[in-house]
Amino acid sequence: MSGDKTGDKILGVDRLTMRFGGIVAVQDLSFAAERKKITALIGPNGAGKTTVFNCITGFYKPTGGAIRLTHDDGRVIALERLNDFRIAKQAKVARTFQNIRLFPGMTALENLMVAQHNALMRASGFTLLGLVGAPVYRDAEKRAIDLATEWLRRVNLLDRADDAAGNFAYGDQRRLEIARAMCTEPALLCLDEPAAGLNARESAALSELLLSIRDELGTSILLIEHDMSVVMEISDHIVVMDHGVKIAEGTPREVRDDPKVIAAYLGADEEEAVAVMESGT
Amino acid sequence: MTAPSTNTAKPATGLASLLKTALINALVALVLFSLMVGIRTEAGSDGQLTYWTRFGELASLVAVVFGGSIVIELLRQWIGPTGAERLVPPAVQSGMSLIGRYLTPALLIFTVLVPVIFYDQRYILDLAILVLTYVMLGWGLNVVVGLAGLLDLGYVAFYAVGAYSYGLLATNFGWSFWICLPLAGILAAFWGVLLGFPVLRLRGDYLAIVTLAFGEIIRLVIINWQSLTGGPNGVSGIPRPSFFGIPLDNSDDGFAARLGIEYSPTHRIVFLFYLILALALLTNWVTIRLRRLPIGRAWEALREDEVACRALGINTTTTKLTAFATGAMFGGFAGAFFATRQGFISPESFTFQESALVLAIVVLGGMGSQLGVALAALAMIGGFELFRGLETYRMLVFGMAMVLIMIWRPRGLIGHRAPTVYLTKAQAISSDLVKEGHG
Repeated sequence: MSGDKTGDKILGVDRLTMRFGGIVAVQDLSFAAERKKITALIGPNGAGKTTVFNCITGFYKPTGGAIRLTHDDGRVIALERLNDFRIAKQAKVARTFQNIRLFPGMTALENLMVAQHNALMRASGFTLLGLVGAPVYRDAEKRAIDLATEWLRRVNLLDRADDAAGNFAYGDQRRLEIARAMCTEPALLCLDEPAAGLNARESAALSELLLSIRDELGTSILLIEHDMSVVMEISDHIVVMDHGVKIAEGTPREVRDDPKVIAAYLGADEEEAVAVMESGT
Repeated sequence: MTAPSTNTAKPATGLASLLKTALINALVALVLFSLMVGIRTEAGSDGQLTYWTRFGELASLVAVVFGGSIVIELLRQWIGPTGAERLVPPAVQSGMSLIGRYLTPALLIFTVLVPVIFYDQRYILDLAILVLTYVMLGWGLNVVVGLAGLLDLGYVAFYAVGAYSYGLLATNFGWSFWICLPLAGILAAFWGVLLGFPVLRLRGDYLAIVTLAFGEIIRLVIINWQSLTGGPNGVSGIPRPSFFGIPLDNSDDGFAARLGIEYSPTHRIVFLFYLILALALLTNWVTIRLRRLPIGRAWEALREDEVACRALGINTTTTKLTAFATGAMFGGFAGAFFATRQGFISPESFTFQESALVLAIVVLGGMGSQLGVALAALAMIGGFELFRGLETYRMLVFGMAMVLIMIWRPRGLIGHRAPTVYLTKAQAISSDLVKEGHG
C-alpha cells in the first residue's frame, strides 16, 4: 500500500527550463504533484503555466531539467525523454486543452472511442482480427462502448451520445473533453483551464466532477486555472508561477495569504500588496 | 416568394436589391467584354492596326448577364435563404436521405445486371468498365483524402505502380493475373509507405505539392528507365486475365469450349466487368469495415484534429502511413486491372490529369462518402461521354455542370457524415461540422 502513504509523489518536476530563442519561458522550476491529489498551477497571464504543461505532456521538449512520473507499481518514467504520443500511451498522462480540441465532426461517443484507440488497436490485432470480425475484438469494442457510456453518464451527456461534438454547448464540450481524457485511463490528468468560459453553476459542477475523479477513481490531477473559486475549493496543493519562476507553493490557505502571490496578481510591489491586503481584511 | 428571413444572412429580397445586383453584374460584364468583344483588332494589309466595333454583340452579352443574374437570384431565393451555408431546404434533404437508403441497393442490383441488359452493346459495357475503374480509384483515394484528410495529388503513381507491376511480372516471368494482383497491391502499398515517410511532417498545400511531385517522379522514372519499362514505348502483350486458369479465348480448352457454348469476344468483356465490380466492391467493403475499426476512427480523428490525437496517445505517424498504404494498395489493384484490360500500358496513361480526375471524383462525391464517390464517378466519366455529341462545347458544358453542382452542394453530392458507432440512433452529421483535414 505504498501508494497511499502521504507525500507519495506521482510527478516530480526538477529544475525545468524552457527557452524559445532568447526568451526564457520557464526557468529552474521545481515542484511535485502528489498521488491521488489535486495540484493546481496558477499565476498571472504569461507566467509560463501552459509551457510547463506542454513540457509535461510532450508537446515541447524542455531545454533543461527533469520530469519524472512514478507509477503505482513503482515504475519511474522520464517524461522529458519520451515524445509526443508516447507520453499519453506509455506514461499514461492525459491532457485537455485551453482552447477545446474535440473532434467536432464525430459524435460524443466516437470521441470517447477514439480515446481508447490503443487498447482497441491491440484487441483488433492491429486491424487484422477486427477486419474479419473476430469475437475477441467485438467483446473489446463492447467494453469500450460501456466505458464510454459510463463516462458520458458521469459528465451528464448520456442523452447526447449520438450528437456531433461540434454541436455541443461550450460547457458540455469542456466536460466531454475531460471525459475523453479519462477514457484513456490515465495515471495523471492534466487540465488546462477547465473552468474557462463556464458560468458559476457549471464551475460548481466541474469542481464536483474533478473531486469525484480524485476520490472515486484515485486519479491524480494537475490543473491550470484562473477561476480562484474552483482552485481554492478543490486543490490540495497550489504552485504559483510568475514570469517563468515559482514564487510560492502550499495549501490554498497558505497561498491565499502570501503577499508575493497577491503582488504578482495585482502587479504591485510586495509592500504595497501587504498594505492592500491589510486594509482589505 | 420572399425568402424566410434568417439571422445568418441579410434578407436580400425585394425588387430593388434584385435589380441592384443584376445591374452591378451587368456593369462588370460591360467593363470586361467591352475590350474583349466590343472592340475587335486585327493586323491590316500593310501591317497597321485596324479595328472595328461590335456594339451589338456587346449589348446582347451584357443583356444576357443582366437577365441571367436576375434569374439566378430568383432561383436562389426560391431554393432557400440567400447567403445561407446550405441552399437546399431541410425537407428536400431528408427526402434525399430517404432516397439514399434505397439508392444503394437499387444501384448495386442495376450494376450487377448491366452485362445482361447491355450484352450486345459493347460501347456501354466498355464505358461501364471504365466507370467502375474510376469508382474503385475514387474509393481508394477516399481513404487518404476523405477519411484521413491528407490531400494526395499523386494518386496516379500507385495506379502506375500496380499496372507496371502486373505488366512486367506477367510479360517477363509469365506469372498469372491472380498471383500478380496481390503483388501489385503490396508493391503499391510499399510505395505508399515510401512516399508517406518524407511527407509526414508536411501539411495542406505543402503535402499536396510533394505528392504531386511524387506522381510525376514515378511517371518520369517509367519514361526514362527504358531497359526495364520500355520507356515511352510502354509494355505490350500483357496477358489477358484467365477465368481462374481457364483462358477466355476460342481455343479448344477455352472458357466457351469447356462450357460447350459458342465463343464470343463479349465473354471476356463481361468477365472483365465482373472482375472490376468485384474489386471495387472489395475496396468498398474493406473501407466500410476499416471505418468502424479503431484504425479508421483514428484516420477520421486525424482529419478532425491531429494535436488532440497525439494527446490521446495515437501514433500519428503510423496512422498516416497506414492510410497512405491502404489507399495505394487499392490504387495498385486498379492498376493491375487496367493493365490486364488494356493489354498495353505506357506512361501516357498515368499523367497528372488522372490524379486530378480521381481527386475531383472524391471531392465532388463528398469527401468520405462511399455512395457519393460512386455517383460522382458515374457523373464525371459517364457524363463526359454523354456530352460527346456537343463536340467543341463539351468541356464548356461539363465545366458549367461542375460549377453548378458545387454551388448547389458545396461539400459534394453527399456531404454529411455517418457515425461509425452509436448508442441509440445513428444520426447523420452535418457537413458544416466535419473538417476537411489540412494534411
